[in-house]
Amino acid sequence: MSDEFKLMVWRGDASGGAEVEYHVPAETGMVVLDALHYIEHNLAPDLAVRWNCKAAHCGSCSAEVNGEPKLLCKTRMDQYVGQTVTVRPMKTFPIIKDLVTDVSWNYKVAKEVPLLAPTAPAPFNMQQIDVDRIQEFHRCIECFLCQDTCHVLRDHAGQNKYFGPRYMIKIAEFEMHPMDGVDRVPLLAHEGGVGMCNVTKCCTEVCPQHIRITDNAIIPLKERVADRYYDPIKILLRRLGGKKDDVSEPKTHAVT
Amino acid sequence: MAQEMYETLDYDVLIIGAGGAGLRAAVEASEGTGLKVGVVTKSLLGKAHTVMAEGGAAASFGNLDAPDGWETHFYDTMRSGHFINNYRTVEIFAKEAPDRVLELESWGAVFDRTPEGRIMQRPFGAHTFRRLCHIGDHTGLELIRTMQYKAIHTNIDVFQEVTMTKMLVQNGRVVGAFGYFRADGRFVLFRARAIVLATGGWGRIYKVTSNSWESTGDGAALAFRAGADLMDMEMVQFHPTGMVWPPGVRGLLVTEGVRGEGGLLRNSEGERFMKTYDPERMELSSRDVVARSIFREVQAGRGTPHGGAWLDISHKGADYVKKKLPGMYEQFLTLADLDITKQPFEVAPTCHYTMGGLRVDAETCATNIAGLFAAGEVACGLHGANRLGGNSLSDLLVFGRRAGMGARDYAKATGQHAAIDESELRQEMDRVLEPFHRQGSVNPYHVHERLQELMTNYAGIMRSGDTLQEGLDKLLELKDEARSMSIGGSRVYNPGWHAVFDVENMLLLSEGIIRSALERKESRGAHWRTDFPDELPEWQTVNFVESFDGQTIRLRREPVNPMPDYLAQLFTYGKAPGLAKSEAGKESQV
Ligand SMILES: Cc1cc2nc3c(=O)[nH]c(=O)nc-3n(C[C@H](O)[C@H](O)[C@H](O)COP(=O)(O)OP(=O)(O)OC[C@H]3O[C@@H](n4cnc5c(N)ncnc54)[C@H](O)[C@@H]3O)c2cc1C
Ligand code: SF4
Ligand code: SF4
Ligand code: FES
Repeated sequence: MSDEFKLMVWRGDASGGAEVEYHVPAETGMVVLDALHYIEHNLAPDLAVRWNCKAAHCGSCSAEVNGEPKLLCKTRMDQYVGQTVTVRPMKTFPIIKDLVTDVSWNYKVAKEVPLLAPTAPAPFNMQQIDVDRIQEFHRCIECFLCQDTCHVLRDHAGQNKYFGPRYMIKIAEFEMHPMDGVDRVPLLAHEGGVGMCNVTKCCTEVCPQHIRITDNAIIPLKERVADRYYDPIKILLRRLGGKKDDVSEPKTHAVT
Repeated sequence: MAQEMYETLDYDVLIIGAGGAGLRAAVEASEGTGLKVGVVTKSLLGKAHTVMAEGGAAASFGNLDAPDGWETHFYDTMRSGHFINNYRTVEIFAKEAPDRVLELESWGAVFDRTPEGRIMQRPFGAHTFRRLCHIGDHTGLELIRTMQYKAIHTNIDVFQEVTMTKMLVQNGRVVGAFGYFRADGRFVLFRARAIVLATGGWGRIYKVTSNSWESTGDGAALAFRAGADLMDMEMVQFHPTGMVWPPGVRGLLVTEGVRGEGGLLRNSEGERFMKTYDPERMELSSRDVVARSIFREVQAGRGTPHGGAWLDISHKGADYVKKKLPGMYEQFLTLADLDITKQPFEVAPTCHYTMGGLRVDAETCATNIAGLFAAGEVACGLHGANRLGGNSLSDLLVFGRRAGMGARDYAKATGQHAAIDESELRQEMDRVLEPFHRQGSVNPYHVHERLQELMTNYAGIMRSGDTLQEGLDKLLELKDEARSMSIGGSRVYNPGWHAVFDVENMLLLSEGIIRSALERKESRGAHWRTDFPDELPEWQTVNFVESFDGQTIRLRREPVNPMPDYLAQLFTYGKAPGLAKSEAGKESQV
């Protein structure tokens, strides 16, 4: 291993900025966040970088390393031996300073997702096999790397039309909960904008928690929307069966 | 210089801290009460230290071991706390924990299931029965995410990345708190009728630690300066199993779940050394015992290459390990290039939890300052001299709720917001801005590093009167030096500036730790003194309580309240209650 790493770290604020060069001594097993901490502690104490756990549990330290959306605390430096390591803030969100971005949009979207409304009081009787698939979604650490990557959101106009992959899995988590009694299909079809996703799977590729966002959440949700709004036979059967997700429910808006 | 400005915001109840305890308190204070409730956190919502908890939340459902019940949970908690816990706190906790966990289930948490479709419970150190409700090894994430979504759907205002630097108290009553927005350094005054502190612990005081950066004890220090009492400060938990290698991850937690799921500890000679220290409970002995045992093995020259013990779960098979401990599997694979399903790995003790903290009333979580309540790791009384794994997450729920109720009732009974002393705010703004103007060039990060070194060497897992005294002298010197901490750059998102206040808080609490550690002349739970190696009965009746007048820390002894007969009786069977009543109940080994 070389004795030193060369990093180019983007520094600046909303009004602009540039990459600044730093040299950091190499240590066995170090991650990008360790290198940034070295800079912060010794060379530039005002370097702004978010982190909490340094254990890939909290999802605070998202940024772009050599152009790839990554958790800084989970990205090993030794994979870049002999290369310059460039660290830039997430591109989809407005800059506050250096590597710190304003992710408040995500928290606004979070408020739009209706909570679980159980059809019976706890304790629930649920089999492991029935919760396996939603437990996958519960691994999400809200790092927003999938949001950063999704091309729909990356072009900022898309943020009015689509909640983004993170909130698709949040909705899926409740929708597929065996005890849930709320109908979120109209929300998905309209404000949530699941139709905006064209299944490029870029979100799945960057998810540090390996959640199969597209296959296991978005595609099944798209199917629910399609079933509801575009499949007349199923609609008829559902009406006869009187299921909770009846299109005629008053909450549902007219299909556009 | 232009007059500094600040924004004023009024709340009926202000919650400082958005970990499990703060969010649970917020929901209780707000839901259906019509009160205006604000929550302040110094990081983003959902990122608080609670998110890191892995193993589970303890509640005596008895889903797997029917004889479990609140009495046994009470018994285990008091015993592990070595009987200096507040018995009433423990009683409330043991009785209410199951309801709080079920509440979480109804708000969307999805715990692992038993074959009968109930909440799965795993064994953990020193719990008589299988008791920890969990979802894989990311239970803290489940708790905080569930509470976070519940909270944002309740009528609560959340202020993210705001650091509070001062508690405002007038005539013995809390009237508000003062601080700044991290994003731009703007000052903010929160006027409040009641405040709940839920700011967590101070594990960042030690060099090798499992704690996130936030655990700098701000709330405890702020309240201490404002006149609140701290208790049991000498009690700092070292978790037996932190990662050891590579250097960057030293201290990172290896969940007790690894041992709960059957992991075995061995020394460099391949011996299961726990049989020397606790042959009955072995790997699932209490944390203080296992941590000390590993420490002793290393000292005796039987440590692993990087100074720890071997932990091995590979005999459980790759599928099982990946299913039950996915986070651990991934953590070792990506950060240490090591596959725990195939080989043993090194572990050593790491600072994990602070049992001491604000002294609170068991029923309402009220501190000695009127209108100020505290819950979660910042509070003291539940865990005594050693916390049981899994008891913290249920603590957050049980006492978060009670603190929320306490603050709600207090706020309702209180009239107008009290007037604020303007000169006090001016002084505080000057103090907070001073690091920008100081001539000195002491780097706050370096002071922090030296503090960690000092506390680890002189007041760490192993202590004595001599090391503590030497540590205190060095600490006071460091404190002096820290007066010249200075910082460059602007007020916009400036971590170096923020670090100044974290360090000041830790310096104050470190002194609190050393002073009561010096006074407790025995070994009890996590407090291990080589000059007094035995647990002594005369100290079992004493809690150390500290107060601060702005200059000196004053220490006094308070008697531990004796248990009433119906509780004391639980300790007379010679066995844990459930075991004593029904021999069918098995010890929690798997
Ligand atoms: C790795 C790890 C694993 C663990 N596993 C378990 C487990 O399996 N089971 C268990 O029971 N316990 C476990 N624990 C312990 C448990 O997670 C913590 O004790 C608990 O989460 C503390 O929660 P809290 O709500 O008291 O505070 P925290 O979660 O620490 O939250 C503190 C809050 O206060 C805010 N704050 C702090 N200072 C300020 C300030 N100055 N201004 C504004 N806001 C401020 C922070 O931003 C944060 O929102 C574990 C701990 C660790 C480190
Ligand atoms: S799959 Fe859909 S959500 Fe994911 S990145 Fe592509 S468009 Fe966005
Ligand atoms: S789904 Fe994955 S990438 Fe997206 S926020 Fe959650 S953890 Fe991050
Ligand atoms: S710091 Fe928590 S995920 Fe990186």
